[in-house]
Amino acid sequence: MALETITTVTGKGVYVPGSDIDTDRIIPARFMKCVTFDGLGEYLFYDVRHHEDGSLKAHPLNDPKHAGATILISGVNFGCGSSREHAPQALNKAGFKAVIAQSFAEIFFGNCGTLGMPCVAATAEDIEKLGTAVRENPDLEITIDVEKNRVFYGDENFTVHLPDSARDAFLSARWDPIGELLEGESEIEATAGALPYMAR
Amino acid sequence: MSKSLFEKVWDAHTVRQLSNGQTQLLIGTHLIHEVTSPQAFGMLRDLGLKVKYPNRTFATVDHIVPTLSQVEPFADPLAQEMINALRQNCEEFGVTFFDIGTGHQGIVHVVGPEQGITQPGTTIACGDSHTATHGAFGAIAFGIGTTQIRDLLATQTMAMSKLKVRRINVEGELPPGVYAKDVILHIIKLLGAKGGIGYAYEYGGSVFDNFSMEERMTVCNMSIEGGARCGYVNPDEKTFEYLKGRPYCPKGDEWDAAVERWKAVASDPGCHYDDIVNIDAADIAPSVTWGISPDHGVFVTENIPDPAQESDPDKRESIEEALEYMKLPAGAPIAGTPVDVCFIGSCTNGRLSDFREAAKFLKGHHVAESVKAIAVPGSQVVDQLCKNEGIDQVFRDAGFEWREAGCSMCLAMNPDKLIGDQLCASSSNRNFKGRQGSPTGRTILMSPVMVAAAAVTGKISDAREVFQVAETAAV
Repeated sequence: MALETITTVTGKGVYVPGSDIDTDRIIPARFMKCVTFDGLGEYLFYDVRHHEDGSLKAHPLNDPKHAGATILISGVNFGCGSSREHAPQALNKAGFKAVIAQSFAEIFFGNCGTLGMPCVAATAEDIEKLGTAVRENPDLEITIDVEKNRVFYGDENFTVHLPDSARDAFLSARWDPIGELLEGESEIEATAGALPYMAR
Repeated sequence: MSKSLFEKVWDAHTVRQLSNGQTQLLIGTHLIHEVTSPQAFGMLRDLGLKVKYPNRTFATVDHIVPTLSQVEPFADPLAQEMINALRQNCEEFGVTFFDIGTGHQGIVHVVGPEQGITQPGTTIACGDSHTATHGAFGAIAFGIGTTQIRDLLATQTMAMSKLKVRRINVEGELPPGVYAKDVILHIIKLLGAKGGIGYAYEYGGSVFDNFSMEERMTVCNMSIEGGARCGYVNPDEKTFEYLKGRPYCPKGDEWDAAVERWKAVASDPGCHYDDIVNIDAADIAPSVTWGISPDHGVFVTENIPDPAQESDPDKRESIEEALEYMKLPAGAPIAGTPVDVCFIGSCTNGRLSDFREAAKFLKGHHVAESVKAIAVPGSQVVDQLCKNEGIDQVFRDAGFEWREAGCSMCLAMNPDKLIGDQLCASSSNRNFKGRQGSPTGRTILMSPVMVAAAAVTGKISDAREVFQVAETAAV
């Protein structure tokens, strides 16, 4: 399975501020009644984007100026809550290729990684500044440089954090681990063979 | 060198190091359900792969099952499609399925322990964040995403970075009317909803020594609400006693050998912890949430926070957002808040002891007229055990509906949902915005006995007063 290396992600951004934005908010559970991930994109942040009668609320993701954004910008502990991959899948299907936030919940971070979506962490100050820039100029081009751990936009740039293991995976085209996991077959069987409970 | 249980289990299940520095970790027990597995089976088919260890993969159906009647076809065709897909996948790939007709169906984190699939010293994963529940047995249990489910189906392994270990000691005696749910809500309030990121939580101290297995499960279950990927309690005689004779546990000589291995897997005295937190049990009171994150907690005797009193602007904003959603008055006592719906159930508090304890106090009381109250056993086995003791009748006599097994109103992927901005006193695990199925629905988390108190009074109440808990406990 040939994967692409991911060294940079470039695109328009959209700023969805807030702390502890959980997976139920990213994709409400009632939209998870599905046997494929296709079509999840349209339910992204559904309840914060729609009134109960289905009409649109004022929300950055409903703003036509931000249409086509591929980089989501947010706050602390983004993606907390459930392990549902439906959340990163909904982002992915809605066209997002990366997230810049102050911090990420762990399962969400890992799920994004295996989809080839870098989640990079930045300070509150840098995020606020970037978010303001994006609001003022929705067409602003943002580049996440995975290799250099930096984000560039306009004349500005700032440092982001990405754990080494995740960065290596993107740069070496091993962000989907299945190929490498399958290569370990004989070691898997040896490890399993030493554990009595695996036999039953 | 002395080691923690986490390190011992991690080492025994390490297959090798991957090129990015992560560990290829063997997951001995893979639990699956209808919501997060169908896409993974689809990916497996696309890759032309088989399930590597079908004997170590177990399925149940829980999230989408209607609880009024489990008779098929379900009214919701999407729900029917999901259960059909799971049946077909299990049959095609040779996976054991605790289907509705088996008498063993239920919430995956209730079924695993009651079947004896959950064992000490093992690694367990499931596409559900409450998988940490199984840590109550001294297993290392992770919630995972669907791509990782594919990895596990295909290889029985996944790529993971090692966690740090935080020991949380709760010493002393819990006051009467204070339950395992109050302990974990208190821990999350103290350490925060993201305080556990990067950690496995090891729970210990005299409170955990004295806890039953079901109480330990309640605490471990909510580890993720504190940000911890997994949480566990070291196995002891109670663990072995609970497991003995369960269908998937070893028998005879194999049982004795297993118990010896399980004893050896517990953390060694003096082992290294990356962090240690000490909590005095006497400081814990019946707890409830007031906001939209599980760390928005107070004791039932306390007031809802007032953002005006908060100096940190981020925290102030977060309190304001939560109170606006919850429509609760800043600074007022949380007790007395009117409730519309009461729910006892879920993988956190849907086991025999939860219903037994609530039933003990519900006798002679009746649900307030304004309240809809439902009790939903966590599994068909729990349902049967409750019926054997007449517990279901106590609930019915008190005005609760007694339902069939499933996740029910915890997450609203089935017909059990809040309507509009109804406020629910709930024994479940998450109070996120919209969690219980209505985009404006409101959730207050608490123990089953506190839910029972809210049900009979129609408002958030201190169960110790409503049920004169101290007197009852002394009898």
